[in-house]
Amino acid sequence: MVKYWNEHAETMSRDELEKLQLSRLNSTLHRVYDHVPFYKEQLDALGIKPDDIKTLDDFHKIPFTTKAEMQASYPYKMFAVPLDDIIRIHASSGTTGQPTVVGYTKNDLETWSELIARLLVAGGVTKKDIVQVSFGYGLFTGGFGLHYGIEKIGATVIPLSSGNTDRQLQIMQEFGSTVIICTPSYAIYLGEILADRGIGFDKIKLRVGCFGAEPWTEAMRKEIETRLNISATDNYGLSEVMGPGVSYECQAKDGMHINEDNFIVEIINPENGEVLPYGQTGELVITTLTKEGIPVLRYRTRDITSLLPKKCACGRTFIRMTKPRGRSDDMLIIRGVNVFPSQVETVLVEMAETEPHYELIVTREGALDKLEVKVELNENYFSDEMRVMHVLEEKIKNRLRNALGLTAKISLVAPKTIERSVGKAKRVIDLRDYLA
Amino acid sequence: MQVRQISVFMENRAGRLQEITSILAKANINLRALSLADTSDFGILRLIVDRPDDAVKILRTEGFTIRENTVIACAIADHPGGLNSILNVLTKEGISIEYMYGFLGKHKDEAVMIIRVENTETAIETLLEGGFTLLKGEHIYSM
Repeated sequence: MVKYWNEHAETMSRDELEKLQLSRLNSTLHRVYDHVPFYKEQLDALGIKPDDIKTLDDFHKIPFTTKAEMQASYPYKMFAVPLDDIIRIHASSGTTGQPTVVGYTKNDLETWSELIARLLVAGGVTKKDIVQVSFGYGLFTGGFGLHYGIEKIGATVIPLSSGNTDRQLQIMQEFGSTVIICTPSYAIYLGEILADRGIGFDKIKLRVGCFGAEPWTEAMRKEIETRLNISATDNYGLSEVMGPGVSYECQAKDGMHINEDNFIVEIINPENGEVLPYGQTGELVITTLTKEGIPVLRYRTRDITSLLPKKCACGRTFIRMTKPRGRSDDMLIIRGVNVFPSQVETVLVEMAETEPHYELIVTREGALDKLEVKVELNENYFSDEMRVMHVLEEKIKNRLRNALGLTAKISLVAPKTIERSVGKAKRVIDLRDYLA
Repeated sequence: MQVRQISVFMENRAGRLQEITSILAKANINLRALSLADTSDFGILRLIVDRPDDAVKILRTEGFTIRENTVIACAIADHPGGLNSILNVLTKEGISIEYMYGFLGKHKDEAVMIIRVENTETAIETLLEGGFTLLKGEHIYSM
């Protein structure tokens, strides 16, 4: 089996990598300084010229770019090349306000498919595979992003897009898909439907799944691998810096390798912007090194993760990041306690009595925040005795209290009644009125 | 001596019970007895019907979460103290009742109690020894 897509890049020495990063950073700084008024103003205000940044320490002087600033540049103000040179537009889903528009040059698309090729090969995909893409094709970067990488490695791509589960399963069986690309929550849903319809593993040829676009847990991986009988790997990205392909898991499945020849990453304290040492948990900040259409400097991703500098067993020298625990803007503060939806998910996946589908509803009564967790009951644990059901509710409540540090009201709901997402899962309903 | 009971998980929202009764009505399934236990967010509907197999199949197809188990149907005299005499016997044997519900039988002066205990077999023996009349499933379904 091919181990790397680009052995030279993925295993280069840290010294060589750092040199490459600095030279690419210098080029990026010149390009944004000359062509993006937003960055020229920011750097001028601090009296920084592109050539002043000579080391990665100097680099920390550059101000952060925020999501709000990118939104304010709507639609094209941050582009560093004339629209003539842009050959593709994508946009973020806009789940948190105004969408962010991103443009790609021909070279950008070439780079992007290179990065996707790396993640596919690391996940175990080969040119012999038939890859079913169940990410949406459109402004969302998932569908098209993966598509061109799959073609690049020479595998067969089925551009099915998201939705219509019956058709997904029909094509999976009839076309003999060996790889599935979708969100992890949709993968679990597919597994449920397979079981429901009594479609056995002998009827499908799936062996690998590459999942992304939303945070998921280790427990969820086990669930997906069992339900679909595949090897599942995670990959990470965001449209503001490229789309999928920023980082990817290898067969060690222990953190995602960051494509450091294309990005510089840092972890900061989200409260005060202070750069944190390797190993500490904080907000991921990304600088693009090769992007032409819309380069970004020190972009605050709002994803909470940590960096693992230790060398990986797979031989790649790229640093790894842990699975994001959630987004800093996904983080709920309930009665002063920080709650990430992924913590709830971990608890539920570990309990056989519940399905890993849930909804968090936060309300405020008077001055007190209340958390309600809607949980799907596993049919096998439904009992005709109310006492048994109460014991189950208490069990979930206790587990969640241990994990979150606060007490939630548990509402059991019937299996398959919480909406399944095909894009990013909407799991939090915050009904608190912050102005009150 | 055991009677089949079907329990349905019901989210507490308007019209949910009617959805179930409508499905059963359409399938021409007749209800013999029912009991509903509920909390603020969900309920458990327990049903005894004339055609349990069909009811299970149809409710499953319609996506309901259900569970089957067996209960005891005990005939009691429809006069004061009728229920007390059953409870007396069960209590003496240390058998605790999870829940029970009753309905009036078709014969005059007779009521039927549906009783759910943890160990159905022991409870059946005890009641028979106590001289009570237990109704067979077939009998209840075709009442």
